[in-house]
Amino acid sequence: MSLLEIRNLHICLPEGSERPFAVEAVNLDLAPNEILCIVGESGSGKSLTARAVMGLLPKPHVRVTHGSIKMDGEDLVNVSDARMREIRGSDISMIFQEPMTALNPVMTIGDQIDEVFRFHVSMKKKERRQKALALLSDVHLPDPLQIMLAYPHELSGGQRQRAMIAMALALDPKILIADEPTTALDVTTQAQILKLIKEMQASHNTGVLFITHDFGVVADIADRVAVMQQGKLVESGTTDEVLNNPQHPYTQALIAAVPSLSPRQPRDQSAEPVLQVEALTKVFRSGGGFFGFGGEERMVKAASDVTLELRKGETLGIVGESGSGKSTVARCIVRLVDADDGKILLNGTDLRPLSRAEMRPLRANIQMVFQDPFASLNPRTRVGKIISQGPLIQGVPIKEAQAKARELLSIVGLDKRAYDRYPHEFSGGQRQRIGIARALALNPDVLVADEPVSALDVSIQAQILKLLDKIRERMTLSMIFITHDLRVAAQVCDRLAVMRYGEVVETGPTAEIFANPQAAYTKELLAAVPGQSWSTA
Amino acid sequence: MSHASKRLRYVLKRLLQAFPIVLAIVVVNFFLLHMAEGDAVDVLAGEAGSATPEYMAELRKKFGLDQPLPVQLLVYLKNVFTFDLGYSFRHEMPVLDLVLDRFIPTLLLMISTIILAVGVGIVLGLLAASGLNTWRDTMISVFALVTYATPLFWVGLMFIVIFSLNLGWFPTSGMKNVAAFNDPWSWANIKDVAHHLVLPTITLSLFYLALYTRLMRASMLEQAGMDYVTTARAKGLTERRIMFVHVLRNALLPVVTMAGVQVGALIGGSVIVESVFAWPGLGMLAFEALFARDLNLLLGIFLLSALLVVAVNLIVDIIYSSLDPRIEVG
Amino acid sequence: MRNFWKLFKRNRSAVAGLVILLFIIVMAATAHLFFPEDPFRLVGRSMSAPGTNGFLLGSDSLGRDVASGIAHGAKTSLLIGLLATIVAVGFGTIMGGLAGYYGGIIDDLLMRITEMFQTIPSFVFAILLVAIMKPSIESIVIAIAVVSWPAVARLVRGEFLSLKNREFVQACHTLGMSDIRIMLGEILPNCLSPIIVIGSLMVATAILIESGLAFLGLGDPNIMSWGFQVGAGRTLLRSAWWIVTFPGLAILITVLAINLVGEGLNDALNPRLRERQ
Repeated sequence: MSLLEIRNLHICLPEGSERPFAVEAVNLDLAPNEILCIVGESGSGKSLTARAVMGLLPKPHVRVTHGSIKMDGEDLVNVSDARMREIRGSDISMIFQEPMTALNPVMTIGDQIDEVFRFHVSMKKKERRQKALALLSDVHLPDPLQIMLAYPHELSGGQRQRAMIAMALALDPKILIADEPTTALDVTTQAQILKLIKEMQASHNTGVLFITHDFGVVADIADRVAVMQQGKLVESGTTDEVLNNPQHPYTQALIAAVPSLSPRQPRDQSAEPVLQVEALTKVFRSGGGFFGFGGEERMVKAASDVTLELRKGETLGIVGESGSGKSTVARCIVRLVDADDGKILLNGTDLRPLSRAEMRPLRANIQMVFQDPFASLNPRTRVGKIISQGPLIQGVPIKEAQAKARELLSIVGLDKRAYDRYPHEFSGGQRQRIGIARALALNPDVLVADEPVSALDVSIQAQILKLLDKIRERMTLSMIFITHDLRVAAQVCDRLAVMRYGEVVETGPTAEIFANPQAAYTKELLAAVPGQSWSTA
Repeated sequence: MSHASKRLRYVLKRLLQAFPIVLAIVVVNFFLLHMAEGDAVDVLAGEAGSATPEYMAELRKKFGLDQPLPVQLLVYLKNVFTFDLGYSFRHEMPVLDLVLDRFIPTLLLMISTIILAVGVGIVLGLLAASGLNTWRDTMISVFALVTYATPLFWVGLMFIVIFSLNLGWFPTSGMKNVAAFNDPWSWANIKDVAHHLVLPTITLSLFYLALYTRLMRASMLEQAGMDYVTTARAKGLTERRIMFVHVLRNALLPVVTMAGVQVGALIGGSVIVESVFAWPGLGMLAFEALFARDLNLLLGIFLLSALLVVAVNLIVDIIYSSLDPRIEVG
Repeated sequence: MRNFWKLFKRNRSAVAGLVILLFIIVMAATAHLFFPEDPFRLVGRSMSAPGTNGFLLGSDSLGRDVASGIAHGAKTSLLIGLLATIVAVGFGTIMGGLAGYYGGIIDDLLMRITEMFQTIPSFVFAILLVAIMKPSIESIVIAIAVVSWPAVARLVRGEFLSLKNREFVQACHTLGMSDIRIMLGEILPNCLSPIIVIGSLMVATAILIESGLAFLGLGDPNIMSWGFQVGAGRTLLRSAWWIVTFPGLAILITVLAINLVGEGLNDALNPRLRERQ
């Protein structure tokens, strides 16, 4: 007997949207004590399906038009608002992607948990407090007394998500809906939170509806899987069936696009270095300020004593979690950020002491591809101009620069007509292609790519990685590839540098590091990658 | 560090930050006033009608006006720090006495205005946002829009026409009836002052009331779209609780900030309102001093009003820090 | 552009504001045709009520035509509002842009200056400036601009500060683009919308400040202005309500119309708001 039974669910979109239904004819079942993962790329309707169960659709334009959502036989589509409020928080509860914004910033954690009790059961204040403390220690938060009094901004991302989980489980709900609960977290924290959700689900016999885009996470946590595409359910089954023997072509394509954890074959490389970074140090200071009235000065060592070597024709990956300093190092190398100390030798010339004017002619040799395809292109500049700007600045005649831009558009796989369009007319993946074309327009020796695929859906990600590979071969580029994703790193990088707290903890060939990590942190990082049992199977 | 001591340090830091600003204001105003053609001696001599150049030079010497500008400034700064704001040639009284005498009425007007404008503005904004796109929202929004565009002096005059001249409900001007009560704390006197205070307060507060109403409405709407509201809904809270506990407290933050920012502007508005209603406060004194070219007096008024703004801002900061735990000392 | 007009048109009150504003502009431009006489001239019997003695909106204590004053005063209000805004927006944009882009000492200094302006009562400061420079169109424009630019500077600084860290600006750095070109060609076009909106609202504020100054007797003595009319009529509240009422209404309607247009611009130019509707 299923706990949750979704039948023929249709959720309409506002008039004038790309498609009439966000979710169309979806059937799902969730049994008690089961984790059902709904997987899909952005725009698949997975999140709206989850919100429909909670009655949290952004009405009136987005609403359920047909179908039923039955919990223990009660149709949640047609219940009164008052009944739905009773159900929310007690029978069904939810955790979200971004625990920082999902918690009220001006209310203590204790008060926010307390509200759940106050609105659903009658308990004495002292009793509620005891329950809340017990919950916080259940989710393994250190010092629950302190956490009760803390405001969300005083906790780390992982702690906030633990507090969210404690709040969601306060009244032992039958169903827990988890909407991408680990997407905003670092990989090691993600592993801990996934473990916690599993543990909690087992001890409370909860049915969990887990929304994710990450097949690695699915492999680790799901009992059953449902795959959604463009609002439709394309395939569902047990985790083993779907992951290891997908039937629908879309599922097959998605799974094929997931980068494998086994590192690529090492390529032939020359030992000749193009770029050497020696003892690079960068400290960020904040506070202080005018007359010292800005308060105490704070220092963050974003890079300390970083030494790297990029050889001709290779791809060097810099991997690490957020705050590891990997992006700062990349920005120091391309001189977007001025390093405090150390050397950045590009073909033997130290870039660090150069003034902006001295740096200008050398800019062509080292270019960058950025992370966010939406922020990295000026919304008010036409694509053709974006690409030809670099050569024009470097003194290339305008005709030549324009011809080059058109040629590059076709190299990165875009239509020639893109030349006269504005960035907002393109999808994320297409914009990333434009960003790559811009970087290539100067024929650089070194390309620094800062998380170039982390904002993209997995299928688009695979295409961009393929494109980068093709270009690297064709133009004999050397590349520094910054990523937090070890799967991507395994597929792209010849050698790796692992960073933590501004320091390089380990460097070596990718295959060696994966097979035999030396530093404790590298081991931890590798162990935290989701879906290992599946990808090695 | 505990929240309370963090807050204390924050407030102390703000106090420390205000000091150079006050100093800069004194310096800037001092130089500006000296840019003006003619000094107090010219004015005095002009009024006397028959002052000889020798007599004027003597007067200048007496007042220290023959000194080089930097010296005058240093002397003034030194005096300011010893609470000596100089002497008003015009009123033949120490500036400090004059200014303090007019300070209370302005303070009274300011406080009543801030309370009315912020209080009613928040309530109206809340009402408008909670009944989004209903007639209630429309009425409030139109009211705010119109009052936001109305010149202060004109509202004041219209109020006098309607409520004083035609209806006779309130006095047209002044702070109390002429032959009134000697004891300032007598009930009758308080009632009299309050009666005189009604129209100036409403006039001065209207513009700001409109501002806070609009701000509060926009802020409520913005906060209502935040993720934590979804969380609150997912917890099964009532819409009432979400609106009045979760959204309200977050939505108040920009309104409180704005209230602090607007205090300076409020004093500017009080010049007009005080002159319309002949309210015997700093604004009116400033206006009189300006035309009398009473430089010392003007500087005194400016300094005092700047200090007033700093003090109110500090109070606002304290309120803000109790509303927003994210305030950091750094 | 057509797209912008389509969005602007959706806001009906903004269109109404635009129509009123156009009417006032026409009134200002044709004032000398309908009222060829100098508005300061005494043209008839004093204290005539509206509709009597050939005065549409009555006459004042000296027999000056209130309607003529309003028509000519429109020129003053619009002119001063526009000029002061142009100066304030121009200067504020330059200061805010430099401070936001370069940070450091320029930024520190700018922030202190704007804080100082937030502490001093700006209207009193404007009074002081006009009094020192002697009332004239120039001094009034300068005074209003001086007290208005810090708000623009703060806004532009914020925009520059957030835009300069955007990846598309960083990409321009990696291409070797000069600072001037980045500021003018890349960042500025992306913060024009808020600048236009704050500018349009500032015209309204400037008109209010101008009328307040004129009301206190600090207007240009050679030019008719609405604030002056109200100030001149205030002593006759009891006997001649129309002298104060009509010019005041003119200020209200003009400021209201400009605010409506400003809000319409905001809705049409601010994509974040657009999505919410």
